[in-house]
Amino acid sequence: MSDIVVTGLGATTPLGGDVASSWAALLDGRSGIRQLTEDWAADMPVRVAGRVAVEPGERIDRVKARRLDRCQQIALIAAREAWADAGSPEVAPERLAVVVGTGVGGALTMLGEDDVLEERGPTRVSPMAIPMLMPNGSAATIGMELQARAGVHTPISACAAGAEGISLGLDLIRAGRADVVVAGGAEACIHPLPLAGFSRMRALSTRNDDPEHASRPFDQDRDGFVLGEGAGLVVLERAEFARARGAPIYGVLAGAGVSCDSFDMVLPHPEGSFAALAIRLALRDAGIDAAEIGHVNAHATATPVGDIAEAGAILSAIGKGAAVAGTKSMTGHMLGASGAVEAIFTILALRDQIVPGTQNAENLDEDPRIQELDIVRGAPRKVTMRAAVNDSFGFGGHNVALVFTAA
Amino acid sequence: MATTEEIQSGLAEILEEVAGVLPADATPEKSFTEDLDVDSLSMVEIATAVEDKFGVAIPDDELANIRTVGDAISFIEKNQS
Repeated sequence: MSDIVVTGLGATTPLGGDVASSWAALLDGRSGIRQLTEDWAADMPVRVAGRVAVEPGERIDRVKARRLDRCQQIALIAAREAWADAGSPEVAPERLAVVVGTGVGGALTMLGEDDVLEERGPTRVSPMAIPMLMPNGSAATIGMELQARAGVHTPISACAAGAEGISLGLDLIRAGRADVVVAGGAEACIHPLPLAGFSRMRALSTRNDDPEHASRPFDQDRDGFVLGEGAGLVVLERAEFARARGAPIYGVLAGAGVSCDSFDMVLPHPEGSFAALAIRLALRDAGIDAAEIGHVNAHATATPVGDIAEAGAILSAIGKGAAVAGTKSMTGHMLGASGAVEAIFTILALRDQIVPGTQNAENLDEDPRIQELDIVRGAPRKVTMRAAVNDSFGFGGHNVALVFTAA
Repeated sequence: MATTEEIQSGLAEILEEVAGVLPADATPEKSFTEDLDVDSLSMVEIATAVEDKFGVAIPDDELANIRTVGDAISFIEKNQS
């Protein structure tokens, strides 16, 4: 079976408006989390979040931008970067596919237009409301931009959606349905309703006065995740296709593993058994031994139960040998974009042979599973490695693991 | 009551805001769809903005008959209160 290679990267995140600036900020240990200053935030129990560092409206033609939900805007920005980074591959439209996972799609449009409906009635709801709120709108926006006709797809799997997007991209190329796939995830739902809903679940950090230290994966004082927004897209190609056109190759998407806890809607399985299953499946798919994995970009949202279950899964499927990073300590949790953005960080870690430092993990949780992990804290660490794993988990029990190897 | 000139310039503002049409291009003989590249969803947005700006009601069957900038100006002139 031919390799599937990564030839282009694009992202817009709370750390930077593109991949290079996001990666540089990550290695510097900078935080993208800020206090929310909007009027509505004053009454919220949670007043910190990670907005994208560069407003998308500044980067898209005004008339086009007003027809796109914020989620679609940032997806388009990341896709344009990834496509240009890959050298704008010449590929037949019928051989080009797009996959953009998301948690909720155009939530801000849905909520904003509901306000219009309540205040001004049905005749004032925008005729663009439906195309802007539908969850497949981001994938369709990119599909139109790139004239992709081999299928445009939208996995909806909460916080695993971005990783599932990349996993589906791998499947499409292997199945012979495309030569090139633009794959990843996007999310933009920083708004009182999602914040209130997650807050009512006790899922969010309430460290409102100290935003840069609010997201604390693996730390004993962690108190939940910080809501972020962002988009990450990669260009995947059959290796022969990429080599024939002389494309630069970042690395190889060697394998993917997908499972579901089917245990609880929102709680992870306490032993992380099926998260571990996804990692094992990904390793088997890649034909790589667990001992070869030098780095794990962990899901690590900083919820009390999630980090422990994940630590158990990593120990069980990979062992203690991999250098683990929790990059949500800096980006916050970009939900359906996080798996894709973290896959990009994983690819760059392999390219640069460096593992970003987890921030705010000042006192590691005393749980033995977390204690046993080799968590890189503070400054990044130089690591010689050939392979790395990115894992992602979502409400609904979704587990996705991706294995990358160096070019 | 807005004058014809006021209606034309107000409509041009709306066309620029919604569809990116340059004000100089929004002349009476221009067809919204064929000359100005305004699609059907944008036409609905433009109609809503016209209703709000000029205090007219544009029923859907009337909207279908408004094909040019001039048609819109005439409609507004006849129906403004």
